[in-house]
Amino acid sequence: MINLTNIEKVYRTSSIETLALNNINLNIHKGEFVSIMGPSGCGKSTLLNIMGLLDEPSKGTVELDGQRVASYRDKELAHLRNQKIGFIFQSFHLINDLSVVDNVEIPLLYRSTNGKPRQAYAKEALEKVGLSNRTKHFPKQLSGGQKQRVAIARAIVGKPEIILADEPTGNLDSAMGNEIMNILQSLNNEGATIVMVTHDESMAKRTHRLIRLFDGTQVQ
Amino acid sequence: MLSNYIKIAWKVLLRHPFYTFITLFGISLTLTVLMVLTSFLDHLFGTHYPETKRDRSLYVMQMMQMDSGRTSRNSGPMSFRFLTEYAKSLKTVERVTICTFVNSSNAYVGSQKIKLNTKFTDADFWEVTDFDFLEGKPYNDQNIANSDQIVVITDDFKKHYFGNTNESVIGKDVEIENLHYRVIGVVKGSPVTRPFTYADVYYPYTAPKSNYQRTGMRGNYVAILLAKKKSDLKTVQAEFQSHIARIPLPGVQDGFKFAVLEVKSEPYLENFLGTLMDGNKGIKTVFFGVLAFIMLMLMGLPAINLVNVNVSRIMERASEIGIRKAFGAPIRTLMWQFIIENIFITFLGGGIALILTLIVIQLINSSGMIAYADLTINVNVFLISLLVCLVFGLLSGVVPALRMSKLNIAEALKS
Repeated sequence: MINLTNIEKVYRTSSIETLALNNINLNIHKGEFVSIMGPSGCGKSTLLNIMGLLDEPSKGTVELDGQRVASYRDKELAHLRNQKIGFIFQSFHLINDLSVVDNVEIPLLYRSTNGKPRQAYAKEALEKVGLSNRTKHFPKQLSGGQKQRVAIARAIVGKPEIILADEPTGNLDSAMGNEIMNILQSLNNEGATIVMVTHDESMAKRTHRLIRLFDGTQVQ
Repeated sequence: MLSNYIKIAWKVLLRHPFYTFITLFGISLTLTVLMVLTSFLDHLFGTHYPETKRDRSLYVMQMMQMDSGRTSRNSGPMSFRFLTEYAKSLKTVERVTICTFVNSSNAYVGSQKIKLNTKFTDADFWEVTDFDFLEGKPYNDQNIANSDQIVVITDDFKKHYFGNTNESVIGKDVEIENLHYRVIGVVKGSPVTRPFTYADVYYPYTAPKSNYQRTGMRGNYVAILLAKKKSDLKTVQAEFQSHIARIPLPGVQDGFKFAVLEVKSEPYLENFLGTLMDGNKGIKTVFFGVLAFIMLMLMGLPAINLVNVNVSRIMERASEIGIRKAFGAPIRTLMWQFIIENIFITFLGGGIALILTLIVIQLINSSGMIAYADLTINVNVFLISLLVCLVFGLLSGVVPALRMSKLNIAEALKS
């Protein structure tokens, strides 16, 4: 599903060159639930961003469903992200000015889905995460756990094959974290491929496979 | 999609009321100035009461006589006789009127002096123009042939001279410069900015002190040539020039020997600008060039300012841009989002500006600064204003949109 070959990511400033990822080779298979662990600053999020086509590697190739994306232009990359990938972030990244349902609709805006079906899909996704009674609320009116559930609804509304979650339980207490993990597991059971960055061993244990990074290098 | 953009734009506006106030204040003030300016230009040059046939009229305002070396010259209005011979005789026109520009006189109501502006006209004046007669009727050729001591007055003069009365003043006597005239008609006045038709009192040209019998080419009369249709203007101009070309040169006027004679019949705008800019060629281009420059400056400087405000406001939204990109928004779509948002804000400012303009126009119209001022927001002014809003929105929206849409997603999400 996702193949990374000899991935290297270097951040350059005028005086410093930082090697964030070094020679990463990774295959994520369809239907897998993979967790990535490692200390802060080891390159976990960078790796996830590269998998999700949010960032480009300095070296190496990224293949999604067998397609090399290096030569893709902005429009094609945007289309791939829109169709195949859903993102969940640690800090939720909801748009505070939009209601819950409007936030969830965002991926569908870029598929030219009409207003009514768009809203119906968004409500369906919210129902799946148990938030169908909060559609008109605004993010500021929700708890952390509820915000993350909205973010999950937004990630799954377009029925993507891949869900990339960057520390989805990082800002939540353990009970809420467990709830979110349950949702992710049920999505995986329904067929979604999930890659999750986490600091929490107990969460990682609930996934199929664990990848450990240290200083940008894959150690497990 | 559009409603999502507008919803966001509205929320962003509400997020920082002070910034919003500054932004909208800047936009609406700029657009108000532009709209009032456009309205004033339309008032000056457009086809309005009572010159509702201005678009098919040619104005003959002055004659220029120069010596052979073109070192000395003599210019000004023409004599009634000259215009009768060279303008009234035109064949391609529908009608020609000869009248004076504005003359000053005094009238007395008891011991109170009323300063007034008068105009001597022929009977065709009332056909070439489109005055509303509130009472009575205009004078005709018969009145002129009879040298009747009659006048047409404006409603404003009626109020000053006869007081606030609803009674008709037709047939009543007015005394101007110690001469008595009978009022034959009362018209709604023409604004002072339309000097070919503006006056308080209109006399037939045969009234005393009109100097209509003055010999020679120069005098105090001007003419309006009314073409049958707009497309005939060139033909009328050509015929008029052919008449002028018949005048033998060199000639002598009041002791001034001239070898060159210029009398132009021009549409109103050219005539106005020609007078202002001393007949320079290409005046229309220069005028519109200067006007476009002023408008661009008026719009450009606040637009640059707005670009800065927008860039700093959009920076706050880096995370939103990151999310939208992550979920599949291409650069072009995001650019359009920001442009549409900006156009929405500009139109909001435009709406406020429209209200402010209506207030300013109402104030100008009712202030009496320009008598009978009839500044309006007509279709032309409104369409130009809409265009101005659009240009302003694009000017101030494109740069921030470009910067934002090119933002790296991972970086944007970190902010």
